[in-house]
Amino acid sequence: MNELQFLTWVRGPGLDIAVGIFLLGVLWRLIEIYSLGRKKDLAAPRHAAGASGLHTVFRRSLPPQGMLKRSPVSYIGGYIFHIGLAIVVFGFAPHILLIKNLTGLSWPALPSQFVDMVAVVTMAAMVVVLVDRINKPVKRFLSTFEDWFTWAVTFLPVLTGWMAVQHLLLPYTTMLALHILSVEILLVVLPFTKLFHAFTLFGSRWYNGRINARRGVPV
Amino acid sequence: MQGPLIDTLARRGVTRRTFLKYCATLASMMALPPSVGRAMAEAMAAAKRPSVIWLPFQECTGCTESITRSHSPTIEGMIFDMVSLDYQETLMAAAGHQAEEARHAAMKENHGKYLLIVDGSIPLGIDGAYSCIGGRSNLDILKEAAEGAAAIVAMGSCASFGGIPKANPNPTGAVSVSDIVKDKPIVNIPGCPPIPVVMTGVLAHYLTFGSLPELDAQGRPKAFFGETIHDRCYRRPFYDQGKFAKTFDDEGARQGWCLFELGCKGPVTHNACATVKWNGGTSWPVESGHGCIGCSEPDFWDGGGFYKALSVPADPLKIGAAAAVAGAAAGVAVSFANRAKKKAAKAAHETTTLDDLEK
Repeated sequence: MNELQFLTWVRGPGLDIAVGIFLLGVLWRLIEIYSLGRKKDLAAPRHAAGASGLHTVFRRSLPPQGMLKRSPVSYIGGYIFHIGLAIVVFGFAPHILLIKNLTGLSWPALPSQFVDMVAVVTMAAMVVVLVDRINKPVKRFLSTFEDWFTWAVTFLPVLTGWMAVQHLLLPYTTMLALHILSVEILLVVLPFTKLFHAFTLFGSRWYNGRINARRGVPV
Repeated sequence: MQGPLIDTLARRGVTRRTFLKYCATLASMMALPPSVGRAMAEAMAAAKRPSVIWLPFQECTGCTESITRSHSPTIEGMIFDMVSLDYQETLMAAAGHQAEEARHAAMKENHGKYLLIVDGSIPLGIDGAYSCIGGRSNLDILKEAAEGAAAIVAMGSCASFGGIPKANPNPTGAVSVSDIVKDKPIVNIPGCPPIPVVMTGVLAHYLTFGSLPELDAQGRPKAFFGETIHDRCYRRPFYDQGKFAKTFDDEGARQGWCLFELGCKGPVTHNACATVKWNGGTSWPVESGHGCIGCSEPDFWDGGGFYKALSVPADPLKIGAAAAVAGAAAGVAVSFANRAKKKAAKAAHETTTLDDLEK
């Protein structure tokens, strides 16, 4: 298989398989999680449930009092790389083209140089977060294989994409193919690891906020 | 500076100065030091018409057209006249047995010294019966001619990589020259058709140094195939600014913006079109408003469509809907199983332990 054939495979059958597994996994997990159900709470609600669910969705994005000082890397680093990922994934012209091709939706792209800079900042933040995880004994103790693995499959698409654009190490064609392949690995892995928080995050926040309000702790 | 070539050129009105300038340009194009231009000129001027045998296999004669008619008369064209082209079906006057005899005579006379140029792919299906010359299969002829060749030049994408005949589903079992000949130096000059100056550049290098130029992993001269179309494209700044033509006749296309979204394969295509251009430096595909189709890359025909941007799927997603349905079905099945398990646990008055929470 030469490099162009490799690229054509990842753009063709490879993408088909990856998107297929991704859709299968996402629907499976979502239905499984939301159909688990809870026992009916027979106690009278302590507080009329207002918008606590919705409030919690937003409040949990902000660090609780004192936490920013205690764990600055987690919050600041986490913010930077999440926002960075969003900019890189949704702001780069070729990515928008792919989304347009798959869904019909499109929007104006950001300049390549800006996306390039964001990619570097994102990778730097991810490395800092990783180093922090290694250095802090508690974080290291709590980390399992899944944590290291999901970090790697998130980091690789950014790295290979940036290296492809910058023409580093390997010819562009091979690097582009590796980039698409790394994204496909991410798609396959996402529904079955903690990366699924991309889908469950707001649902679980909303649930927690609402149940807390019902128990008398509205926000 | 004297020799058969310079004499012939002089008779055709090409001055020594023009010839030297041409050689200097050729040298710089191949990223060789300036002094080489002079050495090249001297070597070429004095060259004793090396014997060249040109074998056409499964091809369209486009490569020959490119060399001989692209923008005649040029020095490229003339130098090409200066080699002793002992066999070229399209150009030679002889035909039939005479032609075959000319080839055999040249092969015998210059055994081990002649340059073999091949254009077209070689079919292996039904013992090579898809393409025969004088009752012999291409495979047979190639093996025989390669045996006494000093070096082989695979002209065009078909000879270099199999090209269009090899396109899926490859009915004739077409393969490239390098798939068959393993024991001779081979230069691939892909392109559909290849750029004339690349051909003469390789020839000049061979005449000057007696060796083939530096090649990349795909056997292509690095000097011409070292960089991609995209990296050398004059429309590249528009790509970086995110300015793209969306159709072939919109405002972006009129402004000369990047053709990436219209399927340009420039980013993955190694060739010299963007710098050397075509038709005597007049223009080239991207300059004329059409994206690069990647004709100098292996299997470009099966690269997922000429008008699809590189970043979009090469094939329509086929299993997406089926996978979604299967996923939903799996989710429903698993949730029923979970509910049954919960019900059973409740009926058996099972308690939750710490271990359960660790799961």
